[in-house]
Amino acid sequence: MNEKMDFSLIDAEPIWLSLQLAGATVVILLALGTPIAWWLAQTRSRSRVVVEAVVALPLVLPPTVLGFYMLILLGPHGWVGGPVQALTGSALSFSFAGLVFASTLYSLPFVVQPLHSAFESIGKVPMETAQSLGASRLDAFFSVICPLARRGYLTAVVLGFAHTLGEFGVVLMVGGNIPGKTKVISIEIYDRVEVLEYTQAHILSVGLLIFSFLVLVMVYSINRRLPVQVT
Amino acid sequence: MDLLEAKFKMNYPGFNLDVELNLPARGVTVVFGPSGSGKTTLLRCLSGLEKAPSGYMKIAGQVWQDKERFIPIQERKIGLVFQESRLFPHLSIQDNLLYGFQRTLPAERNLQLNEVVQVLDIKALLQRRPEKLSGGERQRVAIGRALLTSPKLLLMDEPLASLDTQLKAEIIPFIKRIEDEFKTPIVYVTHSMNEVLQLVDTMVILKSGKVANCGPVETVFSDVRLREAMGDEQLGAVLETSVSEHDEEFGLTRLDFMGQALHVPKQNIPVGQNLRVHIHSKDVSLSMASPQGATSVLNILQAKVKKIGVLDPKGYSVDIELDAGRPILATITRKSLANLNLKPGQPVFANIKAIKMIHDQSDAGFN
Repeated sequence: MNEKMDFSLIDAEPIWLSLQLAGATVVILLALGTPIAWWLAQTRSRSRVVVEAVVALPLVLPPTVLGFYMLILLGPHGWVGGPVQALTGSALSFSFAGLVFASTLYSLPFVVQPLHSAFESIGKVPMETAQSLGASRLDAFFSVICPLARRGYLTAVVLGFAHTLGEFGVVLMVGGNIPGKTKVISIEIYDRVEVLEYTQAHILSVGLLIFSFLVLVMVYSINRRLPVQVT
Repeated sequence: MDLLEAKFKMNYPGFNLDVELNLPARGVTVVFGPSGSGKTTLLRCLSGLEKAPSGYMKIAGQVWQDKERFIPIQERKIGLVFQESRLFPHLSIQDNLLYGFQRTLPAERNLQLNEVVQVLDIKALLQRRPEKLSGGERQRVAIGRALLTSPKLLLMDEPLASLDTQLKAEIIPFIKRIEDEFKTPIVYVTHSMNEVLQLVDTMVILKSGKVANCGPVETVFSDVRLREAMGDEQLGAVLETSVSEHDEEFGLTRLDFMGQALHVPKQNIPVGQNLRVHIHSKDVSLSMASPQGATSVLNILQAKVKKIGVLDPKGYSVDIELDAGRPILATITRKSLANLNLKPGQPVFANIKAIKMIHDQSDAGFN
């Protein structure tokens, strides 16, 4: 068999869907993860450890556990799915929006943790300095803290994206397997293996493997090339 | 006259700050004290980085903190300079300098970039990055960046502590020029006596979180309680004199103050200009009769005993505050005190054995 034939066997839809899902998830995670990570880096409150633990939960929970509760939460009778259904007519389970919601939670630690450690290594001084020069806290955050935390942001984006791309359990539980709606690469691979279409499974798997490898090489080279500058 | 009034109480485990200040809001106020005396905490309270509960602060008629209000640091219009320059590593020198300037209302700007660049001599650095600069250059940029916010108060926390003597000598004149040219009051924290003498107008001595002594430098440095507050530093009075005459024949310069004169080696300073001198208390000896003509000591001042310091039964010496038109401090032995039977109000002659000129780091001992 030649390569040309191989690619024609592949349905592009799951790939496109995976990229959309990962992109949307990362954007939401940056908006959500930044304040959480900043709060964790600043606070002396005791509730900090609780928040840290909650953020890290997806790292240790089986995806099926998370997926199961997500399914209930997002379903027509869930706390989130119920009101959404009342508003829009359909619940979040088995929908792309539901997938984004679940992925956001699932990939949260991969975004929050790099940001948290970036903010922590920056310390209090740059913020105090910017404020003493007349900047409001928000202004100082965007003009000083963000540029100084760029390494943390790059790591967070890359890891958040790659991790969302690779998830399986949560997506299957929450999204089901609806072509064009919730069928992402990882599920497509599972489907192909089930029907013994190993060639297609190989192409997608090797693709993910190479992509993940490149992503990690990128993360580590970013960490080497942008050393923390202290002046 | 514009005043800086402040009252702060802070309680930390093992350390309490309890200060009340009433200072002129002009010139250089030096906050002096050993490490752990509360200097930095005081500075953080003044800046608004720290909020002392039920604290009070008012500068030039504006209340920055009282029971009802606490103006946050970004609205206070202060310049902060620390031991480390704290430049933003992601910005060029020019962008660092302009960071605060751009955040100052155009109507409130009383300085432009080129003025500051000129005074601090940093034109060649503008396009560079902070990490490419030497310590002294960074510190000058940090001072410039603070000045460009047109601050109402410049707070400096040991700004020269990390620099060697050469670099200090380079920067101190700039700090003096800030005061001269921009009229910005400066509160300057340090534990280095050399920096103090060159810069200070008003002195605040902190000890274990309390104000041990406070006032114009001439008064504080001739106070008999100075040793108690400052320990065994090189104590002694600071005098403002004016250059009145150059004696070419003997290579001397005459300095006048309050009708008295001092002679020092010829100074390269025009007649009429001011010169600050420091007279160590141990270089001042006392005699009851004028030794004029019978001594090699050239500088003999007429004075009156004003105050006699606390006698330490274990020590051998005692500090005497003299009134020689301006206050002067002398350290003599307890035995001499007993022999001369000195009492407050008594006229004496103060023999000055050495005078230290304080201008731009050059000084000369003189016998």
